Amino acid sequence: MSGFVGLLHAELTKFRSVRGWVIGCGLAVFLMLLFAGLAGAGNSHTGNGPGGGALPVGPDGTRVLDGLTLVHQPLDGDGSLTVRVASLVGSEPPEPPQDGAAPTAPERPAAPPTAAPEPWAKAGLIVKSGTAPGSPYAAVMVTGGHGVRMQHDFVHDTAGPADARWLRLVRAGGTVTGYASADGTAWTQVGTAALAAGEATAGIFVATPGHEEFDQYPGGASSIGGKVIATGTFDNLVIAGGRPGAGWETRAVANENDPQAPPLLSEHDGDTFTVQGSGDVAPATGGPGPKLEQTLVGSFAALTVVAVLGVLFVTTEYRRGLVRTTFTTTPGRIRVLAAKAVVLGAITFAVGLVASTGALLLGKAILGEDYGATVGTQVRLVVGTAALLAVAAVFALAIGTILRRGAGAVAAVVVLITLPYILSVAAVLPAVPAQWVLRLTPAAAFAVQQTLHVWPQVYQAYTPAFGYFPLSAWGGFAVLCGWTAAALAIAAVLLRRRDA
Amino acid sequence: MEATIKVDGLRKTYGSTVALDGMTFTVNPGRVTAFVGPNGAGKSTTMRVVLGLDRVDAGTALIGGRPYRSLRTPLRHVGALLDASALHPSRSGRDHLLWQAHSQRLGGKRVDEVLRLTGLADVGRRSAGGYSLGMRQRLGVAGALLGDPPVLMLDEPFNGLDPEGIRWMRGFLRALAAEGRAVLVSSHLMSELQDTAGHLVVVGRGRVVADTSVADLIAAASGDRVTLRTSARTEAMTALAREGATVAVTDRDTLTVDGLPADRVVVVLSGAGVPFSEVAAHRATLEEAYMDLTRDAVEFRAEPTEVAR
Repeated sequence: MSGFVGLLHAELTKFRSVRGWVIGCGLAVFLMLLFAGLAGAGNSHTGNGPGGGALPVGPDGTRVLDGLTLVHQPLDGDGSLTVRVASLVGSEPPEPPQDGAAPTAPERPAAPPTAAPEPWAKAGLIVKSGTAPGSPYAAVMVTGGHGVRMQHDFVHDTAGPADARWLRLVRAGGTVTGYASADGTAWTQVGTAALAAGEATAGIFVATPGHEEFDQYPGGASSIGGKVIATGTFDNLVIAGGRPGAGWETRAVANENDPQAPPLLSEHDGDTFTVQGSGDVAPATGGPGPKLEQTLVGSFAALTVVAVLGVLFVTTEYRRGLVRTTFTTTPGRIRVLAAKAVVLGAITFAVGLVASTGALLLGKAILGEDYGATVGTQVRLVVGTAALLAVAAVFALAIGTILRRGAGAVAAVVVLITLPYILSVAAVLPAVPAQWVLRLTPAAAFAVQQTLHVWPQVYQAYTPAFGYFPLSAWGGFAVLCGWTAAALAIAAVLLRRRDA
Repeated sequence: MEATIKVDGLRKTYGSTVALDGMTFTVNPGRVTAFVGPNGAGKSTTMRVVLGLDRVDAGTALIGGRPYRSLRTPLRHVGALLDASALHPSRSGRDHLLWQAHSQRLGGKRVDEVLRLTGLADVGRRSAGGYSLGMRQRLGVAGALLGDPPVLMLDEPFNGLDPEGIRWMRGFLRALAAEGRAVLVSSHLMSELQDTAGHLVVVGRGRVVADTSVADLIAAASGDRVTLRTSARTEAMTALAREGATVAVTDRDTLTVDGLPADRVVVVLSGAGVPFSEVAAHRATLEEAYMDLTRDAVEFRAEPTEVAR
């Protein structure tokens, strides 16, 4: 073991005594900061896209959309609600809003609400701990295209029967249970949710996401869409456990900056309520707008630099015949490879940590916000990027050992990592091939930088062009680790077999 | 540890080319062993095999009775210089030695010592890319000395040295051997090792052609030849031939006599009344002796099909 420490010391001395390699480390940091600055400056010109702005935060810290029309009354303790959703329809997307329209005035839809609803349009029962955007809730609802769902606190979603129209919510202590029924007689339980006991508000609600068309083209991606209004018709509304004498009040819950603020409309005709809503009650998703990981967009450049370092760390020895001196000092060639990998990995990890921390802080300072990424996510971005650079450098080292030629090895690494990444996220490749590329090539490891979460209950183009990787952060990283382990194994076999 | 290199029955082929064909010899301590032969005779390959760099098809190579790959800190057992130009050009000479020292758990102090020993103390912190070939040879020797090893193995250390450098290297090698080390020095130019080597391993076509002490070799190559200077060439040749000697004309007034010792030559010539101005026993140079030995190998080298077989 003490022999291996000496070997590490030797390889460290080798690395730090070549000035070009030390400069290369500085270059990697510089490129990360440069791209972070460019990305920040670029985004501050284009402004905030969807997902930007001051979105409310859900109970678990997730950024959420919380726009709905609520017909409600207080529910201070245990109780239950029952209703039949007679119909749920949508509207044609309206023309872009005219300048000068009064922003705060409740507006009525111009087009008659007759179109098919958005698949994730929602009409149902809700118990919500308050009307502040982002406050906890539990709801059971009929959707436009996904049957009955039980949802709570924005991120949780449970499927219920596809054709039920009757809904019931029962609140008992800290638990809310949702039921659905096709005929109002035979009820099936959809799901349960925890909701703190105490004062709350309960009633019926309507919400709908806007209509979105997603498109990608070489070099970018876009979403075209607009506000949609959903109209829900309810009857047989019964509440048990409400305050005596309390009536139904209509209220819009909306984030003030939300361009999809719901119109306030509720008609109460005998037993029938007609409620119009827009905006969505769901976790916020990305889209083509700015994302926190854009502060790390220089990673591909830094990765290329550390890949060159990784390749040269071994191929210059072959080129100069120095590898014979190395193997004369240490006949155990696999130990040499291991020592090189450890030293290179440690150096590039440290460089990556400095570069990505600096880039994230610089980018955030220019952008002026962190897009709701939690501290944990930000740490994962920084550490994950450093690990990405370190393992990519070791991968390059292994390829350099296998090929023994600097130019060929650098080309191989760029073709295997940098190129697939750029082709995929810049939408040069169509979505499906791009997803396969990001599953199979070492470029999958860029998933460590994704901040976006795939929400099944939100319609979104979950493709690389929109910032969605097909694998999880560490799942994608594991693909790179697998490639690196395989390359190191091949390099080790060749080292043992070949004459030096 | 016993300061020896033992090479036994090494065989190695590259495709159809035989690089080593039963190479066998031993390098003993206390003297410089010259490892000579024409280019391509297998000297460098043998050294790489001894250092565990190249595999062999058969045979063993041992340092002090142990295979190189079993040595934990090999530079403390063997110092080797294979290729003085195997340097990273932007790394300083001192750093080049420092990483090797670190690999053997040695420190910067030893590095500065060997830089001083080899006369590189002033240039150690300069980039090795700017070194002359002579400085690189010195740096290579410095690297070989890092672990103060009992065995040294240097491949063509005289390459690129100026006359002053050659003198320094000869003295340095003699001093190292005098300290009791086993020193193996390869060269394709025999004259470089004049007055330095005590033992000679001559190789050709991947095997040992001669393994002899330098004194014996020169005596054998000199034979009992006599150099004779005379103005009466014809009379001298007649008189000596009558006594059974073979006489060759080497110059206008010089003959080389083979088959009679010098004192008999004097007696014969005096008896016949032939005048002469000088009679001297001939002493071959190391290079002449070496050329005699390797003539065959050189001839074979001119016929590639033979080598390929």
